[in-house]
Amino acid sequence: MNVLACVKRVPATAGRIRLVEGDREIDTRYLGFTVSPHEECAVEEAVRLVEANGGSATVLTLGPEESVDQLRSAVAVGAQRAVHLATDGREWDPGATAGAIADAVRADRDAGMSYDLLLFGNEAADTGDYQVPVRVAHALGLPCVTGIKQLSVDDGRATAKREASGGWEVFDVPLPAVVAVREGINLPRFASVPGRLRARKAAIDRREPAWPGNALDMVRLVVPGGEDKRVEMLGQGPEAAPAAASIIRNLGLVP
Amino acid sequence: MTVLVFVEHEDGAIAEASLEAATLARRLAGDDVQAVAMGGDHAGETGLGPITLHVADDERLAGGYAPAAWGRAVADVAGRVGAAVVMAPGTDRGNEVAAYVAAFLGQPMAANCTDVRPADPLEVTRVRWGGSLLEEATLRGSPAVITVSPHAVGVERAPGAASVATFRPPLQDDDLRVRVTAKEQPPAGKVSLGEARVVVGGGRGMGGADGFQVLEELAGLLGGAVGCSRAVTSAGWRPHTDQIGQTGARIAPDLYIACGISGAIQHIVGCKAAKRIMTVNTDPEAPILAQSDWAIVGDARAVVAALVAELRSGA
Repeated sequence: MNVLACVKRVPATAGRIRLVEGDREIDTRYLGFTVSPHEECAVEEAVRLVEANGGSATVLTLGPEESVDQLRSAVAVGAQRAVHLATDGREWDPGATAGAIADAVRADRDAGMSYDLLLFGNEAADTGDYQVPVRVAHALGLPCVTGIKQLSVDDGRATAKREASGGWEVFDVPLPAVVAVREGINLPRFASVPGRLRARKAAIDRREPAWPGNALDMVRLVVPGGEDKRVEMLGQGPEAAPAAASIIRNLGLVP
Repeated sequence: MTVLVFVEHEDGAIAEASLEAATLARRLAGDDVQAVAMGGDHAGETGLGPITLHVADDERLAGGYAPAAWGRAVADVAGRVGAAVVMAPGTDRGNEVAAYVAAFLGQPMAANCTDVRPADPLEVTRVRWGGSLLEEATLRGSPAVITVSPHAVGVERAPGAASVATFRPPLQDDDLRVRVTAKEQPPAGKVSLGEARVVVGGGRGMGGADGFQVLEELAGLLGGAVGCSRAVTSAGWRPHTDQIGQTGARIAPDLYIACGISGAIQHIVGCKAAKRIMTVNTDPEAPILAQSDWAIVGDARAVVAALVAELRSGA
């Protein structure tokens, strides 16, 4: 089977986020770049499905020139093909992004590469738009499931599960299909040394889609402020347990 | 300007996140708000007030959640009432149904908004990075589709019964290709992270999978649930279903007890809706202290063991 996994380059944030002047971008001077944990899992799932069923795993991204780094990281963990939808660095809104991905999938189909499964992360780490997979599915006339944390494929159908109120909802999906996955669907592998060497030399299928304009336009970013609380120190080590216990009792939380 | 709100419900009881969306809708459009729900008996007080509540009544919808079909039904009502804005809660289903509405209508969507202001184009504030950053944006569309970030808007229940208008949505065969075909219930007696009044979270500072035993004991005493940080699931100490954070569960308990968790920004966004946070950490400079109401400096295993003993002693 042929599986496509879509990823997005984002800064690797950990501590407090700082903005550059103009408040339209994150200050990335001291940050590396990565993809969302959901997307790492999408790539891993694509590679595992191809290992089990044959075929090929393709990784695709839409983004600036530097996004090739994220494609190579996916090749290093087992993707065979890499497609770069190159932009000039401006942000594409989710509608524009979905349109370009759907066009790329159609172009691949016309060139003889049809995908059985299009995998996405459930939402991008940065913009959290929650809609690109659904829009791509709609554009291509494919069924779609989102929020998936378990996936099995058998005989042209997929069984997909997502968490709901502590239990699971089970979906039965005919292939080809779009599946948006969440972290936890697998534990992604680390790149091997041969994988990294292969990635460095991998051919990147570079395309330049035309930007159709945005309907959702960022004006500026804001770091939410004033959230630090004044923490009351209860003490050091086990001796502080009685103070903690009395707080919990006073909150009425001991049944 | 008519605003149409998609509301989720359980046996007719409107879900909290949907009431939040309805509250934001009234702030935007005053009385010019209508709602749409999939089935259910909505007689009496709903919290939505005396508005028109469109209820999809179709046996094809009765067989379990079908995302595209629900989206088709909402898009149908949006067209019939001439909605300028379609709103939905920023829940799993709300975001998914809204995405279908936007795709079917060829309109833009802004997910997880915390505020929306009337202007042309519409001005929204929405969460980025799971909530560690906000974005002010404009949304050019009619209808513009918006989902409302959970816990961002305080619910104002509107009194009065809704006027129910049932309708049969124009479903297409493809809309029913994907639906919930089975449900697996959580193990009996297990409190889910999302619903627990007390959550006890463990991080790398618990030292290993066995370090969570004492957290289970504490959670058991308080009728709560155990959660963990991403470092813990990545290390394989706990299943991913226990993970709290941007790519795991969002929790909103009365008390979150964070043990051996330093508090990466991705973890904080998953627990900051907790009413109170108590932290146990060896590092008094750990970022989670800035989000905490109370802190104990020390080894989490030893401190929690002492806390369990203290609570058991009933002093």
